[in-house]
Amino acid sequence: MWRFIGYRMLQAIPVLLVVITATFFLVRLAPGGPFSSEKAVIPEVRAALEAQYRLNLPVFEQYTAYLGDLSRGDLGPSFKYPGRSVNELIAAGFPVTAELGLYALLVALCIGGTAGIIASLRPNTAQDYVPMSAAMIGICMPSFLLGPILILVFGIYLDWLPVSGWGDSPGDKVLPAITLGSAYAAYIARLGRAGMLEVMSQDYIRTARAKGLPEWQVVVRHALRGGMIPVVAFLGPAFAGLLSGSFVVETIFQIPGLGRFYVQAAFNRDYTMILGSTVFLATLIVLFNLLSDILAAWMNPRLRSQFGDR
Amino acid sequence: MRWRALKFLWLLVTSFSLLACGSSESNVAQGNRAGILHFGNGTEPQGLDPHVVTGIPESHIVRALFEGLTVKNPYTLESEPGVAQSWEVSADGLIVTFHLNPEARWSNGDLMTAQDYVWSWQRALSPAMGNQYAYMLYPVENAEAFATGKLQDFAEVGVKALDAHTLQVRLNAPTPYFIQLMDHDSTFAVHRPTIEKYGVATARFTPWTRVENIVGNGAFRLVDWQLNRRIVVEKSDTYWDQGRVQLNGIVFYPTENISSEERMFRVGQLHYTQTVPLDKIPVYRAMQHSPYVNAPYLGTYYYLLNTNKPPLDDVRVRQALSLAVDRVLLNNTVLHGTNLPAYGITPPGTLGYQPPKIFDHDVARARQLLAEAGYPDGNGWPGLALTYNTSESHLKVAVALQQMWKDALNIEVTLVNQEWKVYLDSIDQMAFQMARRGWIGDYVDPNNFLDLFLCGGGNNNTGFCDPQFDDMIQRQAPRARSREERYTILHAAETLLMEQMPIIPIYTYTSNHLIHPSVHGMPSNLMDSLNFKYVSLDKDWKAAD
Repeated sequence: MWRFIGYRMLQAIPVLLVVITATFFLVRLAPGGPFSSEKAVIPEVRAALEAQYRLNLPVFEQYTAYLGDLSRGDLGPSFKYPGRSVNELIAAGFPVTAELGLYALLVALCIGGTAGIIASLRPNTAQDYVPMSAAMIGICMPSFLLGPILILVFGIYLDWLPVSGWGDSPGDKVLPAITLGSAYAAYIARLGRAGMLEVMSQDYIRTARAKGLPEWQVVVRHALRGGMIPVVAFLGPAFAGLLSGSFVVETIFQIPGLGRFYVQAAFNRDYTMILGSTVFLATLIVLFNLLSDILAAWMNPRLRSQFGDR
Repeated sequence: MRWRALKFLWLLVTSFSLLACGSSESNVAQGNRAGILHFGNGTEPQGLDPHVVTGIPESHIVRALFEGLTVKNPYTLESEPGVAQSWEVSADGLIVTFHLNPEARWSNGDLMTAQDYVWSWQRALSPAMGNQYAYMLYPVENAEAFATGKLQDFAEVGVKALDAHTLQVRLNAPTPYFIQLMDHDSTFAVHRPTIEKYGVATARFTPWTRVENIVGNGAFRLVDWQLNRRIVVEKSDTYWDQGRVQLNGIVFYPTENISSEERMFRVGQLHYTQTVPLDKIPVYRAMQHSPYVNAPYLGTYYYLLNTNKPPLDDVRVRQALSLAVDRVLLNNTVLHGTNLPAYGITPPGTLGYQPPKIFDHDVARARQLLAEAGYPDGNGWPGLALTYNTSESHLKVAVALQQMWKDALNIEVTLVNQEWKVYLDSIDQMAFQMARRGWIGDYVDPNNFLDLFLCGGGNNNTGFCDPQFDDMIQRQAPRARSREERYTILHAAETLLMEQMPIIPIYTYTSNHLIHPSVHGMPSNLMDSLNFKYVSLDKDWKAAD
């Protein structure tokens, strides 16, 4: 097992290096620069600004200097927010995005898992079609539509929940978590149903039933662990997706997360911020994929044996 | 079993909703009682250093924390005392003397001195500072030479502290709007010991503007700054005019998404919104006691014409395009009647100045001009590309005009959509035939719009160059002896500009806000300028049913 983890860690290094290099040169290739502005910038001012951000150096020197800073964990100063470092902006936004992502994942698991299991128990009946149709709607409904609808109903007409904010008033985390989690709930429902259906037709389930166990015990104690493997494999990428894809929800609900900074950085040509957040998120994605692989291996003995860990 | 689970779920939902309801006193109700204004501020500010930041959201906060030598009266837009309690302009208009209020203090208790201004202006003008608004100080003698690195010695720049409370400024030429510029962020004084404690004077990256470090001189002081969440200021007890300040504090929210901002206003989380979504305007207009406020704004929306490239190098083609545009129809349909049709570059009523109107919507004349230019009924038309930056509303305007030109002149115009920064580069390099542009004035004077079109000006972007026009703007107007005489000269210059038509003016911007009826002291004005010192909240405000 440890050899497997070590091997995967080593694999991550070239992946990250490619990500850094590609991002570094791509942002510089994009037309327009961080200092293009609606009012003409006089050459002297532009030169002074470029010197402060090392943009006056040859590109390759900028690249090596950036790698040097990166190896010390310094992501550089932000272009858009002078006086703030990229490290600081990520440190401010990431905990919020992670918390939102976590809640969204819980929502997705509760709703999606339950729906998937219920659907799988009586395949091709109303008990299957209803949750699965709802899941289809969940996948198709974009969060920029679902968010405002939830706000209108629960925030404005019923006045139960705040329409925006994060941690400012009780309950303001509910709607964002549901909005962000619902699309993933739909995926989880479909994956869970498929996994459960496969497991429920296995011999060991028939054995469990033959022993005379009540149906709920068959499902909970025997089928669930095997049936949820596809869901667990999906969780790693899903959480990474939640972290990097929360921009829309953060904007709708005015949440001070990383997603807003990340997308704004691209519009602003905030080179260091784009690079910093990309590197940071890429690292996280690599890490979560690794984690979900390990978890899947733990749940599936057949996979475990492949790592020669008996 | 299943029934019991359902019952539990129902209990959970109802108890939860009770919890949420119990605590739902709105920001507005709470704020009215405590004297706290909840202000939708558009975006997260780039920073709070007056010599670094450039945007409007930044300027709202900077003006709460700092104050200029003069401030603008929000009702009249005329200058009134700020840090300077009085000022005189010499008879020849070249020397301005400011007398600082001896009571003016920094928020740490230090007294403000004329020397603070000399040092701050040196900082604001230093090339190393990279201050994009340094040109606000260019009317000062030798300021431009110093800012562009041609002059090294700041002693030669025309600003001098005669004594602790007297600041003398020498100007290049009489500049009637110079006093107004003292209300612009980049002419503000900053606290030298604080800045030098955290780095060299011209460093952009130091933490001197953080909550725990910043020292300002405004009516409020910074108490909380959470990135992308809120900025909180409270009434300052060192401000010289604190008797006038009625608010106890302001909370600024970064409200990037205008639909979210409108929803926040609707549930009472905000007193004031930065703007209003276009499709919500008819709804708010129809309301009784509507919180919707719409007023002319010192900005013009226009199309740049590249006069160096055919077919727009022909003045007749430029005029034909402009005459074929039905601005009234455009405003009434596409723009929901929120803006004002424009026939010149200067917004109407700029401190008494009215722009000329030398043409109107005239299809027959437009067709005739186009025929004279060699394209009768659009025959032989080489095609024309219109560049605009990505935005729903720019697209709508462009499509409407494209159709008007097709109907009136039978010519094809293609639309080129560019992302913001790409578009900025195209404008800067004049890599376009026709392009959308907007200009928002920095100070209330027609000069601010007309001097854009000086020969080779950085924001001219059209290739327009006329020595007679330059002479009127640069030589004749500054020497005028009265406001009337000066306006007559500027009027003639603008007439000349519109005859040559290097731009197609489309509309004058308006400001659009939702302002809660409990808020007083936020009058509409051309600059959309507000001074928080004037703002108060009605403690006992109740919704009238």
